[in-house]
Amino acid sequence: MDDQAFLDYVQAGGQVETGDSMPADYRAKLVKFIEMHGNSELMGVLPEREWILRAPTLQRKLALTAKVQDEVGHSQLIYRVVEDLGKPREQCLADLISGKAKFHNVFHYPTKTWGDVGVIAWLVDAAAIISQKALLRCSYAPYARIMKKICWEESFHILHGRDVILTMMNGTDEQRELVQEALNRWWGPLMQFHGNPIPKEDDPMYVWRIKSQGNEEARQQFLDGYVPQIWELGLTVPDAKLRKRDDGVWEYSEPDWDELKHVVTGHGPKTQERLAFRRKFLEQEAWVRSVVLAEAA
Amino acid sequence: MIYEVFRQEKKGAAFAHAGSVDAPDATFAEAFAREQYGRRQESEALWVVPRAAIHTVTDFADELNKTYHRVDGYSLKAKLKEARERAGTARAS
Amino acid sequence: MSAPALLELADDELILGWRDSEWTGIAPSLEEDVAFSSIAQNEIGHARALYELAARELGTTADELAFDRDPSEYRSAPLVEQRRLEWAHTIARHYLYETADEIRLAALKQADDADVAGLAAKMDREEQYHRLHARMWNERLRDEPRYQEALRELWPLALGVLAPEQRAELAGRVGFEPVDAVERDRQSEELRELWEEMTMVRRSVPGATW
Repeated sequence: MDDQAFLDYVQAGGQVETGDSMPADYRAKLVKFIEMHGNSELMGVLPEREWILRAPTLQRKLALTAKVQDEVGHSQLIYRVVEDLGKPREQCLADLISGKAKFHNVFHYPTKTWGDVGVIAWLVDAAAIISQKALLRCSYAPYARIMKKICWEESFHILHGRDVILTMMNGTDEQRELVQEALNRWWGPLMQFHGNPIPKEDDPMYVWRIKSQGNEEARQQFLDGYVPQIWELGLTVPDAKLRKRDDGVWEYSEPDWDELKHVVTGHGPKTQERLAFRRKFLEQEAWVRSVVLAEAA
Repeated sequence: MIYEVFRQEKKGAAFAHAGSVDAPDATFAEAFAREQYGRRQESEALWVVPRAAIHTVTDFADELNKTYHRVDGYSLKAKLKEARERAGTARAS
Repeated sequence: MSAPALLELADDELILGWRDSEWTGIAPSLEEDVAFSSIAQNEIGHARALYELAARELGTTADELAFDRDPSEYRSAPLVEQRRLEWAHTIARHYLYETADEIRLAALKQADDADVAGLAAKMDREEQYHRLHARMWNERLRDEPRYQEALRELWPLALGVLAPEQRAELAGRVGFEPVDAVERDRQSEELRELWEEMTMVRRSVPGATW
């Protein structure tokens, strides 16, 4: 199959397996996209991990540990897919901690209070699941397949997050304030999360049918699903322009695309600290991987 | 070393490929697979198999389009109609 | 079984679970991360079930026992209180603790109190997987000098997990000579630091529901 025939094939809904021949550009785009997803799961662990030690009840402790465990599990599934496409896991990790590889914008920000823990589990995971559900139709079948398990586990995360938020909203004024403050902090990054609204036909990830929806489509879906849920709790979304038009389209203030670019290129408020933290443990435990977990010669 | 993991969702169901784990030996592979593919009681059983033990077969030659051993090789409708007419059992349409 | 004896066991499981959960997200391999996190969750689950038994007698709740006591009231063994975010020590503690816990649970399964015996049997079925995990790692690490060093260092603390009459059996199982145990009767600075962190959200709005 030449490159054009391959392109026609995936655009018609055809799926590709690991051993199939594929254009070099397709393989490179797959590795880039899937690796960034793996990096995001792994770096997404860190903002929440700090709060595993501070969870305020045994039930929350167990649920948060299980949620972070799932995210590590997702990164394992995802890096396995990348490895089978030709890039070893150790190389992905090396590129991550050297700052060469990227990860999602929301994981570059601090987690200041237990309110943030709730907002992350509820809304950041909600935004992520919208992207991930669209990957169930990815042209690369091994990636589409693991997405089933990932989406299944994410649905528990959203429930956990919503339960944390509802409990706080039913609590004291201080607790309600923690939620509102967290929402104010996370709204900007959440609006940037799905990326700038380029037409999907210009997005190479869509052209190869790695993604199956455009950025703005995903953001509209997020707003439509979650803004009513935010409003019904008496929370205020920090955007005076936010409204749903009669034709069903959500209007909002232009997200700060410069901030998005700045943050994902390694300049977020917590980027360097988190990379340093990951580097520290990767180096500290390198002997376990090389001496102990290496297969017997 | 990569071990492929196959998962049976409930008793009686076929084992389906679930994913893979990187482990130094079969004992570690079993422990890792148990947690990665069964920690929510979502599996009835797992098969954990070294990748090298799996032989992939994808080429199935059928150049002369052999249909006699497939259901699409048998079109009985016209013959059945004729047989029913001869037997006088044809249904009024 | 008396509430103080239950609390000793529950505190061990709680604090060890808390320590082990620090590995979630940063363990030496991704597969191991998922596996070790399940172990941490199981230990916390055991602590919760034990606290619930004690809470019935004491007229309180599992969460209040886990979070709302003064650090000086915890009865955990020094072995579980140590903050050792380093794999050789983590596995050495895991192996020593699981071996000791098997001896302790075997005795508890024979307890006159049916609730305690029943819970011990349930816990033991989960601990069986922890023991498999601990032994598998012990096998892998046994020739590593840093692991041997960690075992030697933690050995007196491991003895302190068990009642004096059970210690000879632990020595036999791990193949070490009995030494003076580090007992539960002292307050560790590390537990106080852990307590500060684990109760900080809960203390921030006293009496609130989370």
